Amino acid sequence: MSLRDGPFGDIRVPLTWSAAAALVIATIIAAALLMSHQRDPMKAGAYDAAHRAVDAVAAPVGGVLSAPVRWTHGGLDYVRGYFFAISENRHLKVDLRDAAATRDKLAQADLEIARLKAVLGIKTDPPLPQVAAETISDSRGPFANTRLANAGRDKGVTEGNPVLSEHGLVGRIVGVSDHVSRILLLTDAESRVPVILVRTNGRAVLTGDGGAAPKVDYLRTAVPLKEGDRVLTSGDGGVFPRGLPVGTIVKGGFDGGWRVALDSDAAPIDYVQILLFTDFAQLANEQALAPKELPTAMTEEPSQSIAPPIPPSATKPVAGAAAKSAAASAGAAAKPAEKLTAAEVAAREKARADAKRAAEKAAAPPPKKKHFGFL
Amino acid sequence: MTAQGSGFGAARPMNPVGWLGLPLLAAVVMTVLFATPIRFFGLALPEPVFPLALAFAWALIRPSVLPPFALLLLGLFLDVFWGGPQGLWPLCLLAAYASVLAVRRQITGHEFLVVALWYAASTAVAFGVGFVLMSMAAGQAPSLFALGWQYLATLILFPFAHRLIERYEDADVRFR
Repeated sequence: MSLRDGPFGDIRVPLTWSAAAALVIATIIAAALLMSHQRDPMKAGAYDAAHRAVDAVAAPVGGVLSAPVRWTHGGLDYVRGYFFAISENRHLKVDLRDAAATRDKLAQADLEIARLKAVLGIKTDPPLPQVAAETISDSRGPFANTRLANAGRDKGVTEGNPVLSEHGLVGRIVGVSDHVSRILLLTDAESRVPVILVRTNGRAVLTGDGGAAPKVDYLRTAVPLKEGDRVLTSGDGGVFPRGLPVGTIVKGGFDGGWRVALDSDAAPIDYVQILLFTDFAQLANEQALAPKELPTAMTEEPSQSIAPPIPPSATKPVAGAAAKSAAASAGAAAKPAEKLTAAEVAAREKARADAKRAAEKAAAPPPKKKHFGFL
Repeated sequence: MTAQGSGFGAARPMNPVGWLGLPLLAAVVMTVLFATPIRFFGLALPEPVFPLALAFAWALIRPSVLPPFALLLLGLFLDVFWGGPQGLWPLCLLAAYASVLAVRRQITGHEFLVVALWYAASTAVAFGVGFVLMSMAAGQAPSLFALGWQYLATLILFPFAHRLIERYEDADVRFR
């Protein structure tokens, strides 16, 4: 028996109602997805299988689509270079003359910096390993600013790695597939980068909002900002290494607040460098930081203790109640060393330290009261 | 007697592949095409939201169970492909679809300019929903410049939506 022959056969649901019901169900699904959304590059599994699958498919398609455009640009550059060779040569001669003077100054400055570092014993960060990649897809809307790069897990890229173009910082990696990774640009509304302002030494957080120039939020500086101030990454929070070029301060937007014109906007972001930086721990020499061999409490002889000897004044009654109790503890623990347990040795050392502290406190002169001229 | 055999040719059921499947595929292809990272004279390509034209057209052509789920899929594709918060664009597209479905009787049969104004309004609803949701998700409001730029780029798609409506709105006179 078909449904039409049954008791509900005459009931006809208007199509608008059924469309509305479908609409409600689809909306509930979408809302649930939005509420479960997470994009934490430091959290494992934040980049799900669906994203990885779409990126894996989109990467070759984007590569094929962008290839003719790159060839056309290359051809146009070639033609432009042919026709404008003489004027470009004049410009280059002027630039070369200026560059020679700058080179001499830099060489002198390098020597001076090296000498000062040697004198002060400053240790600089070691160079970070990098991976070159080509960007193959680009989203530029107000709600998402990301790019796909054709280097993934196969080249050692991980979530959180900073990404640079030839001019400056572009963003950081938020998702990695086998051969593709997704870059969250500095302009994305979910991007936050701790930065330092070079002239004022102030700190701030660079906040993307989908526009071309991210905002300067949480500004902390004693000196007012000026247009043209240089902005670098501060390294706060450990997501980015310090000192990466970000951009210059400009005034703009509807709110008229301070923003940053990004260095990376100076040219198309065709090729990028992905720094294989995850946190500052990788910059340190792990072997140098490894714990050295120290005598253990179990084998330590009382005569060779690393704790200082107890001064006689520590056991005097003038040392106060704390000293009394500490001395009492030390006296109670005064047993032959070979019969002590580990807990007793630890208690004894603590008692010694307490007694010394109390003795020093008792021996110290009372603090002078401050008197003010007008009182 | 079937609907086709009754002589009411206009009342025959439409093929979902024609009015849903192919436009959906075209929107996906165009979205991928416009995500190519190229610049002309220093300017990047505009980034219109192609599925918004479909959300408007599908609601006007006829009410159906399929378009909401097709828009859900398209929205999820946009989120995954553009790298935004998952669920954001499905809600934007469904909001536009719902707003048009609610007033479709007032829109159908009007001239090009009036329908274009309704399209602009439904697109504004979608971007408004996106603005609010993104403000909550990111903890701050998105740039109005960027929002306005993408809104304008999406408005340009109206002729395509109108073409789709003209092609299919008379296919089933029950929904005129």
